[in-house]
Amino acid sequence: MSIEISHITYYLPPGKLTNFQLSKIYQKSINEIFKSTGIKTRRIRSENQIGSDLGFLAAKRLLSNFPELKKKIDLLIFCTEGIDYKAPTTSSTLHFKLGLEQNCACIDMPMGCAGFVYGLSLAKSFILSEDATCVLFITADIPSSVIHSDDFEMRAIFGDAGVATIVEKSVRGKIGRFVFGTDGAGAENLIVREGSTRKPIDENWLSKYSNETDSLAHGRMHMNGLEIARFSLQKVPTLLENVLYRNELSFEQIDLFVFHQASDFILKALKRKCKIPDDKFYTYFENIGNTVSCSIPIALYHAEQEGKLKRGDKVMILGFGVGYSWAGTIIEY
Amino acid sequence: MDIQELINHIEIEFDDLQKGPLYPDTSIREIEGWSSMHALLLIALIDNHYDVLLTGEELKNALTVQDIYEVISKRKA
Repeated sequence: MSIEISHITYYLPPGKLTNFQLSKIYQKSINEIFKSTGIKTRRIRSENQIGSDLGFLAAKRLLSNFPELKKKIDLLIFCTEGIDYKAPTTSSTLHFKLGLEQNCACIDMPMGCAGFVYGLSLAKSFILSEDATCVLFITADIPSSVIHSDDFEMRAIFGDAGVATIVEKSVRGKIGRFVFGTDGAGAENLIVREGSTRKPIDENWLSKYSNETDSLAHGRMHMNGLEIARFSLQKVPTLLENVLYRNELSFEQIDLFVFHQASDFILKALKRKCKIPDDKFYTYFENIGNTVSCSIPIALYHAEQEGKLKRGDKVMILGFGVGYSWAGTIIEY
Repeated sequence: MDIQELINHIEIEFDDLQKGPLYPDTSIREIEGWSSMHALLLIALIDNHYDVLLTGEELKNALTVQDIYEVISKRKA
């Protein structure tokens, strides 16, 4: 059975955080910021805007461009690390807001930077088992909501975004076999502890962070950049080899490599370590930053727009990050 | 592998920082402009050339180029 990613549409919030602004706040030169991050601008949510709002706007845009899809969608997957409520699922509230049919399954999935690959696997499984034919897969993350203003490194890297992707049964295209991995020992190296069941936000927290946006009521992200870099350098090259092996393909048969757009440093180091030629390694983060679960589909969209990804090409996508978690597959586009 | 080879790799990688030649007893963190980003670059450089992924602890304890060379040699042995 053929399965394809038939549409990708994304939405970026209007707010911008430029290197000029960062240079004023942190007394660093614009060049220094660009050189250490490879990023010029990040997009930041508006006040009160949360992940599902960005995802909704991306999906609304997609469905207004392709209204015939609306009646076909029989599975909605929503991947975010910032759900609306503990209950019900945010996917079911998005389902209602988008006016989808009632014979549609809805699933939430908090998977971070490996989320797009995980969601694609879920979509493929539903379609292959003939339990769904057309999947609306929404990814949306707002890392800016959990970054303290002192944390320059994270403010300089992360950006907010929402993406709507359609995965459907088709007459062309293929989503290959997946490879997954997990190492919970790395949890502490990238974590938002607060604002959860184990550690709810309390009055002390709100008063401690009263000068921050929303008093950091969604929690505060902690990242050990060095350990995250080590994890990426250790796991991603092996993941690449394992994805090739599982799909019985050689390195040379891959037309394009699209990794999670973690950071300029990590992507350059991985490209070098994996010996990927420049023309086969696609990146898109200069004007948006690391958009967590949205980074791979946004890169796929632009690779296609720029003519670097054509129908029939084999593209390897690898997601990796929080957990630690990692996942990869090959899409025949 | 010898220490001069390691020095050459570091000099090429960090040509934006250096104001003079590196020596085995050069203290890495005292190079003008050194930042946490350079620590990441150093880890990637060593991984790329020597297939050794230094831990945060090893990097923290290595003060000079000679110290880094010794950690790599030990890990390769």
